[in-house]
Amino acid sequence: MNAIKKNIYYKILAVAVIFIFFALVAPLCAPNDPLHTDFEHVLEKPGENYLLGTDQVGRCVLSRILYGARVSLGMTFSLLGMVFIFGVGIGTVAGMSGKVVDSFITRLIDVILSFPEIVFAIGIVGIIGPGIKNTIFALSIIWWTKYARLTRVLVISIKNSEYLAAARMAGAGTLRCVFKYILPNIVSPLAVQFVLDIGNIMLALAGLSFLGLGVQPPIPEWGNMLNEGRAYLQTAPWLLLYPGLAIFLTVSLFNVLGDMTRDFLDIKNI
Amino acid sequence: MKKYILTRMVHLLIVMFVVSFFTFAMVYIAPGDPAELLLSAHDTIPTSEVLEKTRTEMGLDDSFIIQFGRWLKGVLHGDLGTSYVSGEAVWDRVIPRLGMSIKLAVTAFILLVGISFPLGFLSAVFKSKPVDHTIRIISFLEISVPTFWLGLILIYTFTVKFQWFKIMDQQSVKSVVLPAFTLAVPLIGRYTRIIRAAILDEYSKNYVLGERSRGAGELSILLRNVLPNSILGILTLLGLSVALLLGGTVIVENIFSWQGLGSLALQSVTYRDYPVLQSYVLLMSIIYVNVNFVVDVVTIILDPRLREEN
Repeated sequence: MNAIKKNIYYKILAVAVIFIFFALVAPLCAPNDPLHTDFEHVLEKPGENYLLGTDQVGRCVLSRILYGARVSLGMTFSLLGMVFIFGVGIGTVAGMSGKVVDSFITRLIDVILSFPEIVFAIGIVGIIGPGIKNTIFALSIIWWTKYARLTRVLVISIKNSEYLAAARMAGAGTLRCVFKYILPNIVSPLAVQFVLDIGNIMLALAGLSFLGLGVQPPIPEWGNMLNEGRAYLQTAPWLLLYPGLAIFLTVSLFNVLGDMTRDFLDIKNI
Repeated sequence: MKKYILTRMVHLLIVMFVVSFFTFAMVYIAPGDPAELLLSAHDTIPTSEVLEKTRTEMGLDDSFIIQFGRWLKGVLHGDLGTSYVSGEAVWDRVIPRLGMSIKLAVTAFILLVGISFPLGFLSAVFKSKPVDHTIRIISFLEISVPTFWLGLILIYTFTVKFQWFKIMDQQSVKSVVLPAFTLAVPLIGRYTRIIRAAILDEYSKNYVLGERSRGAGELSILLRNVLPNSILGILTLLGLSVALLLGGTVIVENIFSWQGLGSLALQSVTYRDYPVLQSYVLLMSIIYVNVNFVVDVVTIILDPRLREEN
């Protein structure tokens, strides 16, 4: 990666950080209460009163989008954080233990991955019921396998390296090996996968909310705003345009960040 | 090779068995009493005696293994149980719907192959030229766009603004185009990238340098070596795309009011109609693992290198 690209990478990273910051302080920037209904301004076009218009019960679309960013990012990062820790943990155990434990974990992962992911998620949400927590749970059950699989392969590749054999001979125990010699060396590819997944998870969560399985009204979330707004496709297209654009731009931002992080850390094949 | 295919077949059977087991177990541990759900769906509040009787009739008193065995036997005979809501056989409701979903997925797959191959190919051949940059930007946008939003935008543009397509009429060829395209878009982006990378990777190999030094023409290298060598890897990855296509149908069917299995599954979530939901998960997964089995076998048959290895 040359200097110009590095410079661009830092700028995009800064934009992403600023974006996350704005999502956190949404209550301070939003012009209106996202749940406040104003029946004198129902389905109002974007204009002076409401910058991005109002919805079918007169709620401010802009404020809802700003609050929605918080819900969306909060869900994405808590899900991603969970599957990351769990997946890396299980993957390390599988990679280090070998034989029985390893083959059991590998088989389990194979089984979970033989279900198409959204189909599996809908199956689980259908049984435990719609809602934020349940959707996150359903997607977690599938998503940890990706990290477990990647970590397992990486751990095994380092387990067979000469420097680890040297560390072992010098008397390092398994735990010391894992935390001091293995994990620090595999953190880059895992980090790249993490950043690349932000966009994917955001889309999956918004999609499930769009289907009415994730975030429930009246909580503002981009996916369910689209779901509520679609009935007004002909009369109030702004109800669809802006929340969708918010998802599109945010996912694009994190996807650029992911691609560039991969180039930056010089990781191939993820 | 025969031995390998046979081993893969046994493996496939095991995977299908385990998938069925998980699908059954998922509904088995679901909250709610199936007998009560079935009875209360018909607007009656069942007495405890009726409940007890239905429970025995449905075999809910038997152990888990026996229930699973009975269910699996039924599935193999084309009996997916009875819908809690309509009381009809699930099979009769699900199969026509599955046909509609497959029609959608197959059309999307054709679009996927038909669009991403030429784009990826052009992008690789004209690497770092304006054509490549344009294609890369387009594929990046395709990956980032939410399908549900794209679908709504397409409906708005083509049916509300210009009235070119009728989305409600599902008999005509035209009506499948928009939903299938919507379904295919994120995958087109992804595969354009993959195909580009695969071709470029093949170009970087030493034999290409060797051929060039011996004076072979670029076109001949491309058509005789690079393409055939890279296409098999792409084929395997296309098999995996089927998961995304099958999973994506639920969103697209929902937007375009397409009467497929996905939209039925979504209804069954609302009504807690577990047998229908179960059939959805089961059928989609069975199709997915079978497609990947076929892809594996085809790859082995086509690739002489793998044939010898196995």
